[in-house]
Amino acid sequence: MSTIPSTALEIVAAVRSGQLSAREVLEDHLSRIDAQDGEINAFNLVMTEEARAAAAAVDARVAAGEDPGPLAGVPLALKDNLCTRGIPTTCSSRILEGWRPPYDATVVQRVNAAGAVSIGKTNLDEFAMGSSTENSAFGPTRNPRDTGRVPGGSSGGSAAAVAAGFAPISLGSDTGGSIRQPAALCGVVGVKPTYGMVSRYGLIAFASSLDQIGPFSTTVADSALLLEAIAGYDGRDSTSIDAPAPSLLESLGQGVDGLRVGLVTELMGQGIAPDVAARVRQAADALTAAGAQVGEVSVPAAAYGLSAYYLIAPAEASSNLARYDGVRYGMRVDAPTTAEMNAATRTAGFGEEVKRRIMLGTYALSAGYYDAYYGKALKVRTLIVRDFEKAYADFDLLLTPTSPTTAFKFGDKTADPLSMYLNDICTIPTNLAGHPAMSVPFGGGSDGMPVGVQLLAPALGESTMFRAAAVLEAAAPALDEVWS
Amino acid sequence: MSARLTRDNVAKVADLARLNLSEAELERYTEQLGAVLDHAEDVASLDLDGVPPTAHPLPLVNVLRDDFVVKGVDRDEVLSQAPSVEDRRFRVPAILGEEP
Repeated sequence: MSTIPSTALEIVAAVRSGQLSAREVLEDHLSRIDAQDGEINAFNLVMTEEARAAAAAVDARVAAGEDPGPLAGVPLALKDNLCTRGIPTTCSSRILEGWRPPYDATVVQRVNAAGAVSIGKTNLDEFAMGSSTENSAFGPTRNPRDTGRVPGGSSGGSAAAVAAGFAPISLGSDTGGSIRQPAALCGVVGVKPTYGMVSRYGLIAFASSLDQIGPFSTTVADSALLLEAIAGYDGRDSTSIDAPAPSLLESLGQGVDGLRVGLVTELMGQGIAPDVAARVRQAADALTAAGAQVGEVSVPAAAYGLSAYYLIAPAEASSNLARYDGVRYGMRVDAPTTAEMNAATRTAGFGEEVKRRIMLGTYALSAGYYDAYYGKALKVRTLIVRDFEKAYADFDLLLTPTSPTTAFKFGDKTADPLSMYLNDICTIPTNLAGHPAMSVPFGGGSDGMPVGVQLLAPALGESTMFRAAAVLEAAAPALDEVWS
Repeated sequence: MSARLTRDNVAKVADLARLNLSEAELERYTEQLGAVLDHAEDVASLDLDGVPPTAHPLPLVNVLRDDFVVKGVDRDEVLSQAPSVEDRRFRVPAILGEEP
């Protein structure tokens, strides 16, 4: 039995009080990675030397009687689309292989300043495009609960790292569900904050009006701790909300007495596996038992979220990924002219799914089709925002499944992109609206794999959302409890 | 919304996106992108007349800062990551059809 506690809050308490050194905590996690990541493949890069230096710095601060920070000594895994100065950052794409960013992302600066020990860069679907981490140029990540199944995606490495005990907390990014869906499939907590709450400076862009960075953890409290550390205004992100970081930890014990929670009818029927829907109803009952008033609510436009998203996100991606042209960073395939070099580099450097989305987005934005596709999708986005506004007039929070099924097997959905995209039906609407949402583990499905239930809140409603999450966590059946 | 996506549409888009696709890839993408666009036809059933577009979840305003000098990223550090550099600048092959 390891003597190292499993949660970030416990590790921080032990390191701050001198009971444990950051070095001991780190070495314990490095040995777990060494033993098991050959099979799981959560990491693109383990930052052994940098992490040892960071842990030594924390221990020195403790020894000197200085404040080592709110994340003192906690190993933390970073999705490999977050820039780390001088340390390879790949987005799991050949086109960025070997690139060492000249700056740190704001979230990286903040977790380091808070005393966290960045332990490595985690695998993802290339440029965060995918729902299974099968699109990585460096091979898929395996689900630690069943290595024959996907961990979800795109932040599959960050979810698997926490589920496997390689790090108690990690950071991912969520554009259409890329934190919440892998959290659900791996049986951990995952949070997509309000758009603008966490700086995107140094997050390599996929779809800029949707992308948001957020935490993974095994407990609701650890996600609250990490989100408090990374949230808050940053002048280097022009979409950063100029408001103080939320106080989440102190809201956790407040319960849900009197809160109104709406079960979204459009996301409980067609396309949702019966065992997943049953766990969501069980979660609703748990909230009722804790004093919440649970009712059903219709969010009609949510049913159109998938169609709008798969035009808007690729459109933004096709623009954002135009910068990979073989000129300033990453790989270059030589050719006689610059135009030929651009095309040869992009053809060799991008994987199949990234090309598919660039193509879809370029088409949706091209002359003659703009109004029919991109323009219409933006209007649907307005309807989704309006329908959420109506729902939140009557309810404080909404409840849905996170993913329509539990973790699927490798190769099940790779031949049919649309079947893969359908994984995101429950998570996409919140990205389009810019609202916060989180996935909380709630027992197993009929196959004994974890089920995640999703809580949704209006913009900046994180503290209310975390109150309900804490109640669900306390009431949750075991992760591997088979639904029958 | 529009007629079914054709192979020629896909070839044109690949050219715009600076991607060289094989004949097999063109066929596969025509089929797969067509399926996604077919699914997107469900929004055609919605009444969108007079609905304004939402391009962004926040009411964005221009963000300005005081005009003072701050240190940017290091030029040499940036250039050290480029595929080809000459005279502290990015170097590219011929443009405008010149001989290289």
